Amino acid sequence: MPMTTVADPPRPLGSTMRRDRWWIQPVMIVVALTLFGIYAVIRVIINKDYAITAGGAHLESPFFSPDLPGILSFHTSLPWAFLVLWSPLGLRSSCYYYRKSYYRSFFLAPPSCAVAGAARRKYTGETKFPLVLNNLHRIFFYFAAIVIGFLWYDAIRGLFYHGSFGIGIGNLIMFVNVICLSAFTFGCNSWRHIIGGKLNCFSCSTAAQKRHSAWQKVSILNRSHMQWAWISMFTVWFTDVYIWLVSAGVFSDPHHVF
Amino acid sequence: MSDGGIEHHDYDVLVLGSGGSGLRAAIAAAEAGARTGLVCKSLLGKAHTVMAEGGLAASLGNVAPEDNWATHFQDTMFGGKYLNNWRMAELHAKEAPDRARELEHWGAVFDRTPQRTMSQRAFGGHTYKRLVHIGDRTGLEMIRTLHDKTVHSDVEVFMETTITRLIKDGERVVGCFGYRRQTGELIAFAAKALVLATGGSGRIYKITSNSQDCTGDGYALAFEAGAQLVDMEFVQFHPTGMVYPPGVAGLLVTEAVRGEGGILRNKDGERFMERYDPKRMELSTRDVVARSIYTEVKEGRGTPHGGAYLDVSHLDPDYVKRKLPSMYDQFLELAGVDITKEPMQVGPTCHYFMGGVKVDPDTGATRVPGLFATGEASGGMNGANRLGGNSLGDILVFGRRAGEGAAATANASGAVSLPAEAVADARAEIEGFLHGSGTENPFHMHRELQKIMGDGVGIFRDEEGLTEAIGKLEELDARVANLRAPSDRLDYNPGLQLCREVRNMLTVSHMIARAALLREESRGAHSRLDHTGYSDYWGEHNIIVEGTGAHDMSLTPTPVVKRDELEELVEARKEAEKAS
Amino acid sequence: MSETIDLAHAPGPRKLQIWRGDLTSGELVEYELETEPGMVVLDAVLEIQRSQAPDLAVRWNCKAAKCGSCSAEVNGRPRLMCKTRLDHLPADQPITVEPMRAFPLIRDLVTDVSWNYRVNKQITPFTPRENLKPGVEVNAKGEFLIDQTDTDRMSEFRKCIECFMCQDVCHVLRDHRLHDRYYGPRFMMRMASLDMHPLDGVDRLDQIADEGGIGLCNITKCCTEVCPEGIHITDNAIIPMKERVVDQRHDPVLKLLHRTPNKGRIKPPPRSETPRL
Ligand SMILES: Cc1cc2nc3c(=O)[nH]c(=O)nc-3n(C[C@H](O)[C@H](O)[C@H](O)COP(=O)(O)OP(=O)(O)OC[C@H]3O[C@@H](n4cnc5c(N)ncnc54)[C@H](O)[C@@H]3O)c2cc1C
Ligand code: SF4
Ligand code: SF4
Ligand code: FES
Repeated sequence: MPMTTVADPPRPLGSTMRRDRWWIQPVMIVVALTLFGIYAVIRVIINKDYAITAGGAHLESPFFSPDLPGILSFHTSLPWAFLVLWSPLGLRSSCYYYRKSYYRSFFLAPPSCAVAGAARRKYTGETKFPLVLNNLHRIFFYFAAIVIGFLWYDAIRGLFYHGSFGIGIGNLIMFVNVICLSAFTFGCNSWRHIIGGKLNCFSCSTAAQKRHSAWQKVSILNRSHMQWAWISMFTVWFTDVYIWLVSAGVFSDPHHVF
Repeated sequence: MSDGGIEHHDYDVLVLGSGGSGLRAAIAAAEAGARTGLVCKSLLGKAHTVMAEGGLAASLGNVAPEDNWATHFQDTMFGGKYLNNWRMAELHAKEAPDRARELEHWGAVFDRTPQRTMSQRAFGGHTYKRLVHIGDRTGLEMIRTLHDKTVHSDVEVFMETTITRLIKDGERVVGCFGYRRQTGELIAFAAKALVLATGGSGRIYKITSNSQDCTGDGYALAFEAGAQLVDMEFVQFHPTGMVYPPGVAGLLVTEAVRGEGGILRNKDGERFMERYDPKRMELSTRDVVARSIYTEVKEGRGTPHGGAYLDVSHLDPDYVKRKLPSMYDQFLELAGVDITKEPMQVGPTCHYFMGGVKVDPDTGATRVPGLFATGEASGGMNGANRLGGNSLGDILVFGRRAGEGAAATANASGAVSLPAEAVADARAEIEGFLHGSGTENPFHMHRELQKIMGDGVGIFRDEEGLTEAIGKLEELDARVANLRAPSDRLDYNPGLQLCREVRNMLTVSHMIARAALLREESRGAHSRLDHTGYSDYWGEHNIIVEGTGAHDMSLTPTPVVKRDELEELVEARKEAEKAS
Repeated sequence: MSETIDLAHAPGPRKLQIWRGDLTSGELVEYELETEPGMVVLDAVLEIQRSQAPDLAVRWNCKAAKCGSCSAEVNGRPRLMCKTRLDHLPADQPITVEPMRAFPLIRDLVTDVSWNYRVNKQITPFTPRENLKPGVEVNAKGEFLIDQTDTDRMSEFRKCIECFMCQDVCHVLRDHRLHDRYYGPRFMMRMASLDMHPLDGVDRLDQIADEGGIGLCNITKCCTEVCPEGIHITDNAIIPMKERVVDQRHDPVLKLLHRTPNKGRIKPPPRSETPRL
């Protein structure tokens, strides 16, 4: 089992002296991300049952928000949601946390810490196309922030059933989802940089001081960026499933209109 | 250049040691235009100074505007029980603020006051809040700053290189000899001036806060080269080292723990400092607290692991974690003790050597031409007891002065060369350790030495114990010539390293034990059970050690070096003390 | 109390497998020793050195987790030997102790880390901006005026003890051996601490992107996982520096607005040397 050390790698992929089951995490990430990706694509292609409208409700699935056909009043059977989906997907796939997880789990660079990756002098990291595009993460952030705006709009609009205030399980799910998504989005490393991290001096003007305290708050969210990434991915999926099932008539959304 | 298998280098100034004092000296020498080399046993940036925690004493007056150099001078003199070299204490107090500011200009980052200047914290024996600091890792900040400065100066660095001999040409030191630890290759340096910045010798005690570097090499090398040493009997035992688990016994528990409100108790829960120093309690001077803990343990009131309880669990846990982060970690990780919930167990640990090579305060020159010393390797600045924070100031102030002094000497000197016999001699010593017929194992002898020193020359001393210790040291003298490394390989051979270190430590131990026997009084860090009070005579005298070898070591009491213009300040302090 | 811990992990004999050898050959050699309560890996290694293997090469100095000399790979993970307790490692198997892998081996547990020093030499040191504003940035005594909020951000990075374990575990160096193209996390962080110094006068972004090779870091965070000082190397130093580089060279919006970061800072001369392993 002991392999020759140090002289010079490359050593076989996956070799390590670690004793723990380090491979569990990458395997789980591969499974989870793949399933979610497949689900998202299929869901958008299916392109129906994405809003609960029964009883004057208006609960929109996050995969289909903003409701472009509704806003721009057009009708299509094509999977139009791809027109919005690129923005949250782009945010996630260029997110510093997701980058970490897919570089480790899919690219095996490295599979886990102190576990040999595929050694190759030609490794270029994020310096070449296409991975260099990950540097545009902040652009995705801008668009994703707009989508978050729509999701808040959706969540609030969902509280009105034919104009009267009501609340139900669907509403709660929508709010939990948008809160988790916001916590994920506004814990973004690029946002943390833009809001204050880019300053060389935190104290040199009142504006800088204000940005410093904003930076501190974003930093708190940022510290659990990974957790929010997974939680919000789950809530998006769950919200969509819920809305799908209700709007397909499997069961109805319990709610009370005042 | 290589010669008979010996790598050879030539410098104007060669500095031994990469602690704060060595780095500062090298920077100063290079700035003064000298071609400068720096040699150290460890890697750059890892010297013992890196462990310093509390801070650097400098009377900036940022927190206490009434602070000034004169008060700092008086505090230092009072702390040193007036045995300090007055000029050194003066220069230190006057120049430390400039040295602190200079560090900032070199990129050091210290904690701030609300006015955005360097913040300063309180420490035992300092009248005002005076210690510039960053969290509890001030030494690291200093080392990293000086290390980066050195790397970008024209200083050539020889890391992991051990110097085993100073080489003289006639009366003058002209270089030194040693080997590269990584390969065992022999190396000789010719230098017009040589600065010893080799630190202290804590490793002669088993229980010590000192790093592996601290084997008193500089003391022994200087002594062998004919320099004088001063105040060697004064070894500071820090009152609070860890006592448990055994592997970490001696590891420092910073004074800041008590500064932040930590309370000392014995096994019966009694706050015993009430009996020893009711006024200052836990924040009494180090010598007093160390002796108090020792006495409690000796009289059977110690903790299960033979120490005292030091408790901060009454403080807010978050405050403790913020103010003492590395202490919290250290106990949790190494002892499994959560200090926010349970008391620590602590006991005295060997910490600092007030004594050292006697130098000219202004230039760091020893009495041997071409040889300079600075930092903990030099003596005089701290007298009988060092105040916390004064060492980090000391190493900067006198590091710079020694570097400049050495550069001046080098610039005024012609080329030097190493006499062949001296080089051959030095080489023979190393080869003897490797291939000689000796049978003494250095690892074992080191342990024996530590036991002798711990038993006979510890915190409390008396004639009987000291005489016995000296007797045992003499037995070791006979055996030390027989040292041989258990392995004869050249590369990274720990036994080879220890052979020479054990010799050095033995020489240093002799100095301490003999000076301690001669000083028949208790003063500062030196406590004699058979002479408990101050003596007027000894209050005016330092002990100078010199000789040609361990077998012929002479000790001479010499009057303290005073300065007329400071008389008033010193008298004023003595008066104030009497009054209170 | 500490006693309870000792009962849970009663000391007894333990086996250590220590890497013995040099660049040409070597193997794990098994040693057995009696342990004391609270023993750390370094205690065990030194005890073995004292009693069983007097030529065992190991680098250490402070034995207090402060100097960063005793880095090794214990049970396959980079750790400070002086900070790793034996009783925190599984007792049913021997403990493996190996040298770091990202650097050339000298012998046994000692590696040649001099590459790191060569990298450091390439980094322009702190250079205060010229014309610091009197009374605002520097006072009459020549002391800098800096706010605690600014020192707090820098001082996290300055806690680094240069154990080089982050360099060891970084796959860019460890697996891909790109020592000539990437400075490694420790020095990305060093440059971050300089760039975030409010009074520094040097624009380091080109160096960090070009010679430094920040683009090679794929933020997989192993450096952060092993740092004994708990520094958030990736989140607080590398990612912010990547974002600063984006400001300078990738962000189309800022380009359109002609906004460049680090205004008023001067570019250092290009570096002459490429640090090689
Ligand atoms: C835990 C701890 C905390 C401390 N906290 C404080 C504090 O808060 N404030 C304060 O003022 N002081 C403090 N001190 C004391 C202070 O840190 C030291 O006194 C000071 O750092 C000594 O510095 P130095 O430059 O003289 O020597 P050192 O830092 O000891 O450096 C000695 C150098 O000499 C080299 N060397 C030695 N022998 C040889 C040889 N034969 N050949 C080649 N090179 C050699 C070594 O490799 C090393 O580089 C503390 C000490 C300890 C142990
Ligand atoms: S985050 Fe970057 S620097 Fe850190 S280990 Fe991963 S690739 Fe290396
Ligand atoms: S950043 Fe952490 S892991 Fe890297 S060298 Fe510094 S202390 Fe070690
Ligand atoms: S010996 Fe200094 S960090 Fe372990």
